[in-house]
Amino acid sequence: MTDSKKIATRDAYGKALAELAQENSNLFVMDADLSQSTKSVEFAKVCPERFVNAGIAEGNMIAVAAGLASMGKTVFASSFAVFVTGRAFEQIRNSVCYPRLNVKIAGSHSGITVGEDGGTHQAIADIALMRSLPNMTVLVPADATTTRWMVREAAAYDGPVYLRLGRLAAPVLYPDGYEFKWGKGEIVRMGKDIVVFACGLMVSIALEAAELLAAEGISVAVADLHTIKPLDSDFILEMTERCGAAMTLEEHNIIGGLGSAVAETLAGNSAAPFARCGVEDQFGQSGSPEALLKHYGLDAETVAMKIKQVLARK
Amino acid sequence: MNFANADEFALHMRREIIKMLAASGSGHPGGSLSATDIIAVLFHDEMNIDPANPDKPDRDRFVLSKGHAVPALYAALALRDFFPLDELQQLRKLGSRLQGHPDMHKTPGIDMSTGSLGQGISAACGMALAAKKDGLPCTIYALLGDGETEEGEVWEAAMFAAHYRLDNLIAFLDHNHLQIDGNPRDVLSPEPLNEKWRAFGWKVLEIDGHDTEQIKDAIKEAKQSSGQPVMIIAETVKGKGVSFMENQAGWHGVAPNAEQAEQAISELFWQGE
Repeated sequence: MTDSKKIATRDAYGKALAELAQENSNLFVMDADLSQSTKSVEFAKVCPERFVNAGIAEGNMIAVAAGLASMGKTVFASSFAVFVTGRAFEQIRNSVCYPRLNVKIAGSHSGITVGEDGGTHQAIADIALMRSLPNMTVLVPADATTTRWMVREAAAYDGPVYLRLGRLAAPVLYPDGYEFKWGKGEIVRMGKDIVVFACGLMVSIALEAAELLAAEGISVAVADLHTIKPLDSDFILEMTERCGAAMTLEEHNIIGGLGSAVAETLAGNSAAPFARCGVEDQFGQSGSPEALLKHYGLDAETVAMKIKQVLARK
Repeated sequence: MNFANADEFALHMRREIIKMLAASGSGHPGGSLSATDIIAVLFHDEMNIDPANPDKPDRDRFVLSKGHAVPALYAALALRDFFPLDELQQLRKLGSRLQGHPDMHKTPGIDMSTGSLGQGISAACGMALAAKKDGLPCTIYALLGDGETEEGEVWEAAMFAAHYRLDNLIAFLDHNHLQIDGNPRDVLSPEPLNEKWRAFGWKVLEIDGHDTEQIKDAIKEAKQSSGQPVMIIAETVKGKGVSFMENQAGWHGVAPNAEQAEQAISELFWQGE
């Protein structure tokens, strides 16, 4: 399933938007002075007449997007995840989700792999914020193929969507044209001892950890939960029961993100050993993405060790 | 229903506002009554809207950025037959189409859900931009409170509208000099409002917000604007038309009881012209 190519999901986002520019004359793209970084600039290059820079004013950008959507437009509004979901949270709540308007929020530079910019710029609570809002769909692509599919699906879907993107180049896991299903988890590696539910960049890390453990005779299943809301509860329960143990893995606070969403599904429905692996309720800091992953225990070696800790409880 | 003019329409709006607030036992009379004459002119005289086809694409839009004044908007919509007049008595009740703040999906004739201050003017900017891009001949109207301009988002929107030359956007500022905690000058002064809006690149007109002729003339002048959004600063009186509510911050968010409503209605009668 994997090949050696690496592409950041933000790059795939910009490219997918640029592709859609010709196909969808109803599409508007907004940014808050970060189009070079979120890659929405790729849309601006081919379709400047439907690109709207709101300047460094995220709250206004989201409510302007809502106004555009109320006139029948499909709007993608991009910025860093920490700002667009944090600064503009209440605009997303009251002007987008409450009236169910057709606005797609794209938050790039999510998680700690933002790297050197440090803790102020590393979104670790965006999934928690976005999934707590009624009417919101929350999508976290693991690679470029998934991102392209999600941008196209989100553009075709009528309603609010949050798309979580990363800065760091991520391995391409799925072949071009792979047929995903909206709201359905993907098994990216079969295994029988434990299932790791991961999202975003962490799907690749989970695969690396699974490979390390395979050498020790431990069989790890890796599932890509790219749709965090609505959550594929049946899939989560089925995989957990089949493997008899489960762990979540995310580049997000263990409070409120994928781990919490899966825990909410398992609570009362499964007695299997379970653990949440992610950022342990602390802010990030400056450093290279690789150094940060290791520091916060999200590198393949540490993840493999944590998987063994869960297995020890079986 | 037919009315002689916007003044008679406004008078009936005021009566309906008092009646619906008394029936609901909660809501915001002060800011509804100060905004009544502006909304009366828009919905009786100016806006291209059709009660039989409330979603027609080329209609003018109205965004009540100070969403708590929605009783005034409900009164105007009911008097224009967007929904039955007696439905006004369902204001704020469970299951009602008339929510405590505007809901674009529940109430026919409402163009944007608002209520969180500062967001409506941004949404109006988005509407005006879409209308310009599509070449729609419609005008986007927005109504803000003076206290509302303490929200930073208002000024983000002000920059946006001027930058994108949204001359199809006409905003009113209901300058009634009272917010919940008192006079804005004492709470967090947004003054001088006229100079601020001019500095942000808007054409500014200043009128008496209870003089329907001045309101009409200002809209006419605003429609001539080229390349600039227009802010019409309307001097108003909070609680206008009901003697014991006028200029009283205490009537911001408290509904009249039956006795007070009766007294208020007795003050609101058509004297003709």
